[in-house]
Amino acid sequence: MSDIAARNAALRQPWRSLRRQREGAAFGIWIFLGSEVMFFGCALLTFAVYRSLWPDAFAAAARETNITYGTVNTALLLTSSLTMAAAAEGAAAGLRRLTLCCLAATVAFGIGFLVVKGFEYQEDITKHLVPGAGFRLEAPQAQIFFAFYWLLTGVHAVHLSTGIGIATVLGIQAWRGSRMLASPAFEALGLYWHFVDLVWVFLYPLLYLGGRS
Amino acid sequence: MTGLGEERPASTAGIWRATLPVWAGLMVLLVATLVGAYLELGRFNLVLSLGIAVAKAALVVVFFMQLKRPDPLLRLAACAGLVFLAFMFTLTYADVLTRAPPTQPGTVMPRSIPDRPAAGQRAF
Amino acid sequence: MSGITAERAIPGAPPREPSYLTAKTGLASWLLTTDHKRIALLYMAAITVFFFVGGAGAVAIRIELFTPQADLLSADAYNRAFTFHGVIMVWFFLIPSIPNILGNFLLPLMIGAKDLAFPRLNLASWYIFMAAGGLAVYTLLSGGVDTGWTFYTPLTTAFSNGNVLAAAAAVFVSGFSTIATAVNFIATVHLQRAPGLTWFRLPLFVWAIYATSIVMVLATPVLAMVLALIFAERAFGIPIFDPLRGGDPILFQHLFWFYSHPAVYIMVLPSFGVISELVTCYARRRVFGYNFMVYAILWISLVGFLVWGHHMFVSGQSLFASLAFSLLSFIVAVPSAIKVFNWTATLYRGQIVFDAPMIYALGFIGLFTIGGLTGLFLASVPVDIHVTDTYFVVAHFHYIMVGGAVSALYGGLAFWWPKITGRLYPEGWARFAAIMMFFGFGFTFFPMFIMGYLGMPRRYHVYPEEFQVWHVLASAGAVILAFAYLLPMGFFAWSLIWGRRAPANPWGATGLEWQTSSPPPEENFHTPPVVEQGPYNYHPEHAGPPALEREQHQPQGRQP
Ligand SMILES: [Cu+2]
Repeated sequence: MSDIAARNAALRQPWRSLRRQREGAAFGIWIFLGSEVMFFGCALLTFAVYRSLWPDAFAAAARETNITYGTVNTALLLTSSLTMAAAAEGAAAGLRRLTLCCLAATVAFGIGFLVVKGFEYQEDITKHLVPGAGFRLEAPQAQIFFAFYWLLTGVHAVHLSTGIGIATVLGIQAWRGSRMLASPAFEALGLYWHFVDLVWVFLYPLLYLGGRS
Repeated sequence: MTGLGEERPASTAGIWRATLPVWAGLMVLLVATLVGAYLELGRFNLVLSLGIAVAKAALVVVFFMQLKRPDPLLRLAACAGLVFLAFMFTLTYADVLTRAPPTQPGTVMPRSIPDRPAAGQRAF
Repeated sequence: MSGITAERAIPGAPPREPSYLTAKTGLASWLLTTDHKRIALLYMAAITVFFFVGGAGAVAIRIELFTPQADLLSADAYNRAFTFHGVIMVWFFLIPSIPNILGNFLLPLMIGAKDLAFPRLNLASWYIFMAAGGLAVYTLLSGGVDTGWTFYTPLTTAFSNGNVLAAAAAVFVSGFSTIATAVNFIATVHLQRAPGLTWFRLPLFVWAIYATSIVMVLATPVLAMVLALIFAERAFGIPIFDPLRGGDPILFQHLFWFYSHPAVYIMVLPSFGVISELVTCYARRRVFGYNFMVYAILWISLVGFLVWGHHMFVSGQSLFASLAFSLLSFIVAVPSAIKVFNWTATLYRGQIVFDAPMIYALGFIGLFTIGGLTGLFLASVPVDIHVTDTYFVVAHFHYIMVGGAVSALYGGLAFWWPKITGRLYPEGWARFAAIMMFFGFGFTFFPMFIMGYLGMPRRYHVYPEEFQVWHVLASAGAVILAFAYLLPMGFFAWSLIWGRRAPANPWGATGLEWQTSSPPPEENFHTPPVVEQGPYNYHPEHAGPPALEREQHQPQGRQP
C-alpha cells in the first residue's frame, strides 16, 4: 500500500490532517496522564504524611518487603519501557517486524512483572503482612504502611494489566493488518505504558528501599 | 510520514541506537539506588533514593515519552499535573506540620469503637 | 416592544433542511451515535431523570421539616434522604449538567468544528455516566447511605450502617465520565478551532468550559483516590484513616475538599459562561472588559485549588493553616467580583430586552452575588466558627449552586432551545417561569440564612419550635420553586410539537453557532466558517449602540 493511502486510512473524523490527529492523540493522553498524576499523587501524599508522622514504624515495616522481588520487577518494567519505546518508534517509522516483536516483548515483560508480583503477594500473605488481626509487626502504625503497600501495588497492577490488554489488542490488530502502523494508537499506548512504569519508579524506593541501612 | 517527529530514526538500527543508551542509564541508576539504600546516610537515604527516582523519571519522560520534541503543548500538559500536585502537598503539610498537639494523630484515641467490624460483611 | 421578539414573526416555515435530528433514524442511531449534538441530548435525558430523583430527596426533606416533630421520616431515614439528595444533585446533576448538555452541544459549534476531538470517547463517557447512575440508583434501592455527601471518616469506614461502598463506587465511576469529557473538551479547544479563531476571539462560554475542564481533570482523580481509600478501608479492613492505628481522619478531609472545593467551580464556572452569552445578547452590548473576564475565569480555576481548608476551620486543622486558607479564600473572591461588575457594566447603556433568558441571567447575577458575599462571611474564621454546620452554610451553597447554576442552566436551555430543537418556546410562559423561579428560590433559601444565623443546625429532622416559621416559609417557597422547575419542562416538551419553527438566528446573536441552520446539519456547517473578529460584535467598537433604533450586529464568522 502506498504511503498516502496508508495515511488516509489512519485519518479519522473530525481531524483535518494526520499530523494534527497524532498531536491530538498525544495531547489527549498527556492530559489524561496529568489526571493520573493527581490520582497517584493523592495516595502518595497520604503515604508521605504518615511516613513523616511515624518514621520508625514505617522503616521497620519497609524492611519486611522482599527487596529481591522488588528490584527484579523494577528491572523488568524498565526494560519493558525500552521495548515499548522501540515499538512506538517502529510503528511511526513503518517498520512492521520491529513493531510486532517489540510489542510482544513488552507484553511478555509486563506479564513477567505480574507473575513475580504474584509470588511476592503469596509470600507476604504467608508472612502475615496483611493488616488486621495477627499482623506480623508490633507497632500499629506499621499496618498503615502495609495498607499502602497493598493498595498502591494493587492499583499499579490494575493499570499495568490494562496496558497489557491494550498492547495485546493493538499487536493483534497490527499483525492482522486491520490497524495501520501510522495510527496514533501506538504512540498513545507508549505514553500510557511509560507512565505506569514511572509510577513504579517512585513506588520502588518508597516501599522497598526504606529502612535498609 | 512520521507526523510530529521531525528527526525520528527511520531504521531498526537507528531506533535501537536512540533507545538502548537510555535503558543502560536506567539500569545504572537502578543499581545505584539499590546500593545507596544500604549506605548509612540517615534521613538522606530518602533524599538519595527519591533523587534517583526523579532522575530515572526524567530519562523516561524526555527520551521515551518524547518530551525532547519541541511541542510546547505537550510540555505544558505534562507540567500541569505536577504544579497542582505541588499545591496539594504544600498546603496539606502547612496544616500537618503546624497542628496543635491535641489534634495530632495518635494523641487522642476514640472513646467508642464500632459495635461491628466494618470489613467484609457490610460490603454492598 | 422588543427588537428581538419582532424577528420571530417570520411568515411561513422556512423549507426544512435535513438536520442532525433527522439525518438518521432508529434507536441504534441514537445509542451508538458519535455526534456530539445527539450525545448532548442523551445527556439531557439522563440528567433530567437524575434531577427528578435528587429532587425527590429534597421533597422528602422539606415535607419532614414542615413541623418540628418527626412525622414523616425517622432520624435514620432523614439521614439517608439528605445524603441521597446531595450525592445525586452534586455528581449526577450539577457537575454534568451545563458542561455535558450545553457544552457538548455548543462547544464544537462555537469554535466552528465538525465534532469534539474524540467522538467515540464522548459516547463512551455517556455510557460510563449511565453505569455510575445505575450504581447510584442501586444504592438508593438497596437502602441508601446515611453519611452525608461528604463521606467523612471514621463514620463511613467504621460506624455507618448504610451502603457506603455502593455509593462510593457510583461516585468513583462517574469520575471517569467527567475526566473523559474534560480531556475531550480541552483537546477540542486546543486543536479544533476554526481558522482565524484565536484564543482571545473565543466566546466566554468556550473559555468557561475550557477552564472547567482543567479543574475537572486535575481535581476529580483526587476524589477518586480518596474514595478508593475509603472503599478499601471499609471493605477490607486495612487501616488508612483509622485513628486507633495511627491514622489521621483530618487528612481525609484535606483530600476530600481538595476535590470538593474546586468542584464548586466545576458547577459554577460554566454558568459564568452562559451568563456572559445571555447578558451581551439581550443588552445588545459588547461584553465589558473581555480580557479581564478571561483572566478572571483562569484565575478562579487556579486559585480555586488553594482554598479548600475553609471547610475545615472547626475540624482540628492548625490555626496557621486556617488563617492561610482564609486569606486565600478572600483572594479567590476577587475574580468572581470582577465578573459580576463586568456583567453589570455590560448592561450600562444597553438596549435591554427582558426576555426569559435575560430574566434568568439577571436572577443569576443577583443570587450569585448574595451567595458569593455570604461566602466571604464563611471564609473568615470567627464568623465561620459561629455558623459552621448551620443552615447559614446550607443557604450559602444553595445560593451558588441552585440559585446560580440551575438558573444559568434554565436560561441557557431557553436561549439555545431553538438551536437545539429548531423550535421556539412560548415566551410568555417562559418569562413567567423565570420570575417564579427567582421568587420561589428566595422564599426557600433566604429564611435559611436567618435561621442559620439564629443557630438552627443542619442535618437534623427535629428542631426547636421557634424555628418553625422559617421552615414553613422555606417549605412553601420550595413548592413555588418546584413549579418553576416543572413548568419549563412542560412548555419545552410542548414546543417540540406545536412550537413555531426557529430561524437560524432568532435572537440576532453573533456567535458561530447561530450561523448554521436550526437545528444544525449533522456536520455542523455546510462550509466550515472562517473567523475574522472577536465575539459579541453587537455594535461598532468604542461606540455605544444608538439609543432608539436597533443597531446592526455583526456575526463573528463568515462562510467562505
Ligand atoms: Cu469551598
